[in-house]
Amino acid sequence: MRTTGDLGGTEGWGRVKTPTPTADEPVFADRWESRAFALALLSMGRVSGRNLDAFRHTQQRLERPEYFDDTYYGQWLHAAELMLVDSAILAPGAVEARARRLHGEDVEEPPVPEPNKPDYQPTGPGSLRTVEDLPRFAVGDAVRAKDMKPEGHTRLPHYLRGHRGTVEMIQPAALLPDTHAHFLGENPQHVYTVRFDSRELWGADAEPFALAAELYESYLEPVS
Amino acid sequence: MTETTSSERLPIELRTEALEQLLTERGLVDPAVMDKFIQMYETAVGPMNGAKVIAKAWTDPEYRERLLSEGTAAIAELGFKGSQGEHIVVIENTANTHNVVVCTLCSCYPWPVLGLPPSWYKDPAYRARMVREPRTVLAEMGLELPADTEIVVRDSSSEVRWLVLPERPAGTEDMSEEQLAGLVTRDAMMGVAKVSAP
Repeated sequence: MRTTGDLGGTEGWGRVKTPTPTADEPVFADRWESRAFALALLSMGRVSGRNLDAFRHTQQRLERPEYFDDTYYGQWLHAAELMLVDSAILAPGAVEARARRLHGEDVEEPPVPEPNKPDYQPTGPGSLRTVEDLPRFAVGDAVRAKDMKPEGHTRLPHYLRGHRGTVEMIQPAALLPDTHAHFLGENPQHVYTVRFDSRELWGADAEPFALAAELYESYLEPVS
Repeated sequence: MTETTSSERLPIELRTEALEQLLTERGLVDPAVMDKFIQMYETAVGPMNGAKVIAKAWTDPEYRERLLSEGTAAIAELGFKGSQGEHIVVIENTANTHNVVVCTLCSCYPWPVLGLPPSWYKDPAYRARMVREPRTVLAEMGLELPADTEIVVRDSSSEVRWLVLPERPAGTEDMSEEQLAGLVTRDAMMGVAKVSAP
């Protein structure tokens, strides 16, 4: 299944709406955007006990209106809210109720729940980790992105699944977002830049180009 | 999450204000810390940082070599590091090969050198189409590439962050590093534009 935010190769979008160059574009178009950005950043970690991968997973599983209809930082706001509800820092409906009161409606707010943060700590800052085992694949190896159908988080884009590519670079090892997002351990892995031919991904009539993506070792299988 | 239908949805500004109130009144978030974050990304972190990196690489061959082999460390030499810049790989655009960066899953972007991403980078159309028809999308964005230029689209699917080292434009031989930095655009450092001489 494709999650809401997994957009690679999806159709029906039309042209990119913002023309380049964008040198004069303000960082935040409106004040609320900057507040939503800061609230989302600060809602990870200490406040919710969750992490960046959990935040990305929360974004990925938003409903389409929450993901697309309130512009980019609206999406961040909705994801932050959902993450805080997941950790019972906020009751479901608490933001809605407060917003309606701000709107002048006479709405009762739900009581503050008993927090339920995940019992989980990362082993260190950031995502880079040491892996003792040697990389399974070498530069130049033919590999295939597994046709995974994960129930939870993943950073293997839908459009690459099942397709064959070549290892271009070996990147520093890093914790695996798929488990880290669900507080199931870091499972550090080697990371590879894998190059795919556009015709492998999109068929014989595709524009000729190379697509490169960073893929975790457990996303890949050898091609004999 | 909400009991309302989309037609009754409240303005996002109100939701944002509501969340800020709920977190600050319980002392979970400090508005002064929010201000500090916002100010940092509005003033201190942005494409002017990346432009300094590129201009130095254009004028200092040894720095250029370090930048292309150990991007994160070479960028840190100029004082740029932090969130979303744990491991930055710098890739060179040449007359033959053109790299362009996208994040199809969200909006991963090298914050320490470029700041927060611009609208086009976050646009669903860009995220969806750049990995499927890059030559068409680049042309729509104003960059027509010769038919024999190889295009490499880089989808930022892990914590690796990409920065494009654009070609130095002809006719800039007499310009200083500082003057060159003034030519480098954020769009060129993501590969949706080239740098032009003044």
